Amino acid sequence: MTKFLKRRQFITAGLATAASASGLGTAVYFADRYGLIPPDHTGIVGIGETLTYATQRLLTSGHSLAREFKRSDISKVPIVNGPHPTDEKYLALLAEGFENWRLSIEGLVARPVSFSLEELRRLPAESHITLHACEQGWSYIAEWTGVRLATVLDLAGARPESRYVVFEPFANPNQSRTVVRALWESVDMADALHPQTLLAYGMNGEALPADHGAPVRLRLGRHLGWKNTKYLSRIVITDRRDLYRKGGGTWYGGI
Amino acid sequence: MSAGSQQKYVRLISEANVEAAVETASTPRHIALVRITHWIVVLSVLGLLVTGTGILVSHPRLYWGETGGVGTPSLIDLPIPFIIGPSVWNRPFHFFFAWVLVLTGLTYMVGSFITQHFRKDLLPAKADLRWNRIIAVASEHLRWRRPEADAVSTYNVVQRLTYLAVVFGLFPAILWTGLAMSFGVTSVFPILATALGGHQSARTLHFTCVVLLLLFVIVHILMLCLAGFWRSVRTMITG
Repeated sequence: MTKFLKRRQFITAGLATAASASGLGTAVYFADRYGLIPPDHTGIVGIGETLTYATQRLLTSGHSLAREFKRSDISKVPIVNGPHPTDEKYLALLAEGFENWRLSIEGLVARPVSFSLEELRRLPAESHITLHACEQGWSYIAEWTGVRLATVLDLAGARPESRYVVFEPFANPNQSRTVVRALWESVDMADALHPQTLLAYGMNGEALPADHGAPVRLRLGRHLGWKNTKYLSRIVITDRRDLYRKGGGTWYGGI
Repeated sequence: MSAGSQQKYVRLISEANVEAAVETASTPRHIALVRITHWIVVLSVLGLLVTGTGILVSHPRLYWGETGGVGTPSLIDLPIPFIIGPSVWNRPFHFFFAWVLVLTGLTYMVGSFITQHFRKDLLPAKADLRWNRIIAVASEHLRWRRPEADAVSTYNVVQRLTYLAVVFGLFPAILWTGLAMSFGVTSVFPILATALGGHQSARTLHFTCVVLLLLFVIVHILMLCLAGFWRSVRTMITG
C-alpha cells in the first residue's frame, strides 16, 4: 500500500514539475514576444528586474501620464546634481550659446538627421510641470519645455523593428566619482514615444542651464532622475539588446 | 464505585490521556505553510533592510510633501553622513527581495485563508477582546513571567492582535509607501502618492513603517527568549 502511495506521489510531483516548467517556458516566450523582457534580465538580479519591468510595462501600457503640477508648485531651488562638463569642447560650445552644437539622430532610421538648437526650438514645443526625483531621495518640481522625442523620431523615420533609443551625452569626467552616471543611457520605444517624453531645451521659462544639462536633456515623466540624460550629443535608434547602457545598476527607472 | 467500574474508569482516563498526548505529538505547532513562508520572509526582510539602508544613507534627510533636498527645510536630519553610491546594486537587490517578499506574502495570505490558519490560530476569541484581558496579558510579559506549559501551544490575545496588525497593516503599508515612490505606478494610480501627502511623505512614511517593523522584530525576539529561544526556533522549523 505504501509503495503504491509513494509511486503516486512521485508521479504527481513529476507531472506538477513538468507542468510548471512548461508553463514558465510559455510565459517567458510570450513575454519576450510582447517586449516584456528587459535587456538586463540576466543573473540573479535579472529575475527581479524582469518581474518589475514586465509588471510595470503591462500596468502602464495605456501611456499613463506622470502627475503634473501647478505653476505655484515649482520648486524655488531645483537641486543640481553634479557640475557640467568642463572640458574644452563643451566649454567652447557653452560660450557660443551652443550655436555649433548638433544633435544627430542615427541608427535604424530612414533619414539620419541632425538638428541645431534653433531647429529644435522651431519644432512644435510642449511644456510639462513634473516632479524630478533622484534615486538617492531628493526631489524637486520644475517646468520643462521642449519638443516631443516622438516628433523627432518621426522626422527621422524610425524603423518599425527598432526597440531602444540610446542617448549619448557629452563625456563628463568632471562628475564626482560618487555620483553614479552611465556613459550612455536608453529607453524602450514605449517610453520614447510617450507624450511626456521631451528633448528639453528650456527650464522654468528660460534656456536650460548648463548645470541642468544644457543644451538639451532628455526629460521622462515616469522615470527617476538618472534616466533623464543631460548634455545630449547623439541619439541612436537600435534593435540591439546589448547597447542598452554603460554603467552598473538597473536599466528600468520607473521605480 | 465498584472495583471493576473503577478500573474501567481509570483505563478510560489513561486511554484518553494517551490519545490526547498522541494528538499533540503528531499535530505540528505551526503548519508547514507558516513555517516555510516565515523563514523566506525573514530572509527577504533582512535583504530589504540592508539594501534599504544603503539607499537611505545616500541622502539621510527626511522630508514631507512632494519635494525636498539639500538647501530646503527637512522633517528629520539623521545624524549620519551622506554616503553616496558605494554600490549601485542596492536598488536591484532591494526590488529582488521585494518580489520574494510579495510573492511569499501572497502565498501565505491565500494559503492561510484556505487552511483556516487565520481563523483557527490568529483570530482572537471574542471573550479576549477586552481591554482588561489585553492589558493583563501584556503586563505578564512585561514582567518577564514565563508562560505556563499549555499557554505556549496557542497564541495569546496580544500575540494574535500583533501578528494580524503586522500581516494586514504594517506589511501592506510598507508595500504601499514603497510603490508610491514609483513614477510608473503613480502614473496609473496617482492616489497612492497624493493620499499620503506626496512623494516625500511616502518616503518618510516608508522609513517610519520599517522602524515600526524593526520594533516588532525586537519585541518578537525578546518574547521568544522568554518562551525559550532555541525551542521556539526549532518549533518554527520542524513544527
